[in-house]
Amino acid sequence: MQVSVRSVCKEFDRFPALDDVSLDIRSGELIALLGPSGSGKTTLLRLIAGLEVPTSGKIFFGDEDASHKTVQERNVGFVFQHYALFRHMTVAQNVGFGLKVRKGADRPPKAEIRRRALELLDLVQLSGLENRYPNQLSGGQRQRVALARAMAIEPKVLLLDEPFGALDAQVRRELRRWLRDIHDATGHTTVFVTHDQEEALELADRVVVMSKGRIEQVGSADEVYDRPNSPFVYGFIGDSSAIAVRVEHGEVWVADRSVGLTARGVPDGPALLYMRPHNVELLDGCGGCIAGTVAGARRVAGSKRIELDIGAGQQRVEIEVPADHPAASRSRIAFRPRNWALFPTA
Amino acid sequence: MTASSPALRRWRFRKPSVIPGFGLTLGFSRALQLSFGASLAAAAVNVVFGTIVAWVLVRYRFPGRRIVDAMVDLPFALPTAVAGIALTTLYAPKGWIGGLLAPLGIKVAYTPLGIVIALVFIGLPFVVRTVGPVMEEIDMEVEEAAATLGASRLQTLRHVVFPMLAPAILTGFALAFARAVGEYGSVIFIAGNLPMKTEIAPLLIVIKLEEYNYEGATAIAAMMLVLSFAMLLVINLLQSWSRRRYG
Repeated sequence: MQVSVRSVCKEFDRFPALDDVSLDIRSGELIALLGPSGSGKTTLLRLIAGLEVPTSGKIFFGDEDASHKTVQERNVGFVFQHYALFRHMTVAQNVGFGLKVRKGADRPPKAEIRRRALELLDLVQLSGLENRYPNQLSGGQRQRVALARAMAIEPKVLLLDEPFGALDAQVRRELRRWLRDIHDATGHTTVFVTHDQEEALELADRVVVMSKGRIEQVGSADEVYDRPNSPFVYGFIGDSSAIAVRVEHGEVWVADRSVGLTARGVPDGPALLYMRPHNVELLDGCGGCIAGTVAGARRVAGSKRIELDIGAGQQRVEIEVPADHPAASRSRIAFRPRNWALFPTA
Repeated sequence: MTASSPALRRWRFRKPSVIPGFGLTLGFSRALQLSFGASLAAAAVNVVFGTIVAWVLVRYRFPGRRIVDAMVDLPFALPTAVAGIALTTLYAPKGWIGGLLAPLGIKVAYTPLGIVIALVFIGLPFVVRTVGPVMEEIDMEVEEAAATLGASRLQTLRHVVFPMLAPAILTGFALAFARAVGEYGSVIFIAGNLPMKTEIAPLLIVIKLEEYNYEGATAIAAMMLVLSFAMLLVINLLQSWSRRRYG
């Protein structure tokens, strides 16, 4: 089911949680809402579910305006960060709950509900645990029950709010792969919220980067990582370093030196140059480069992170150098970023 | 057994002993019935209204909430005699509330209904204070989860919220009931203590003591002890069952 969010605003006590957000979610895709806390990602998810009502704007499920439908009518599967399982029901009863509360002719007979529940438990690889209670399960198992429960109602769209947020790192990675498999097998349109960029980039078909109630960028993992469209996205996704520079006649200047980068389409004036610390070209001589004295170095796994003092303004910039590279032991290093972007600051 | 029963009955008639049924002859089974009946009724009323009060206090933020919250504990602190006299004044046929009820033909003071009202008053905080904290622990997300699964508000309350509250509600019921059975001060004023009509068992104990009838007092006391213990035991079993079922 395709979901469209059209110019949605949401205020809580006059505090704008979402500010004119529009988003088209394609049918069958796995999409991540990524952002720091307070960016409005969970609010957007809850608005789609109908757990919140937008202050203005509309939400469409397919061609149908769902803005005024209740949560119950929207038929969405929602998975909460802390599972929100019914602790007084067995696993099978939890999964069957959505079918049990259906009315009249829509409600399947008891045996059918149980059969469906067992089938879903099989899908989430929890066969044999159907008679356990939630507090007898591990966190990862509970979250799988929650997902099975959400899928039992054959939802139009699956919404997951930080589904792995409460789990430890190893289980997270395991469940991530598993969720991808489930998605590929069932084809549900799935939206999940996360503040973990690794999770978003690895798992999602498309990533929606949010900040302060707005959508900053929507794109595939490659797009948002390689071609961030704003300083926020550059800073938020992956490691980045920023250098204050000046643009003059299409040339980038640090202090009083041209660094040998051409700035196409950027107006003259002060700007911030964003780069990936690990994606730099180390140079010997310096005819157009960024050079600085080493202020500190840290060993991180297979590489060294070197902090450089550059220019006159006591600017610090971090770059990553292979640990066995000769430059790693020098006191002065010259480099040029391979992948970079300029954002005017004025 | 059949042969000896007439003799046994005659023997019991002459010399009562502490076995069930002996009260029939002494006339205080009415008091025991009243005590336990009124206490059960009051505890039942308290379960309903105490749960509602707890719900409002936990779930809603309104001006004066803290004052209402403090007022709930009033029956804990108020001397029971003061409560009894105040309730009697309010519910007497010429009192503020009694005056409104009298034209409808409802008599409260000096009737079993008055006893129930006094017991409701002193028992309410027990339910509110046991159910409230458990209610606070219920995550709103659980209710939201039920809603996303298509459950109506009523279904959510019935299948999700109530089962989680059941053990606490039972505890509140047991406490309110236990307190009501032993209550003396607040009841004797509003009850009017009409013999065989509105005399509660604890009052009979006092009356027996005043008549220096220590055996009689002990008999009633022992009777109450056994009955109270039996009922609390049943409630406890119910609780542990509900905890297993719902906890």
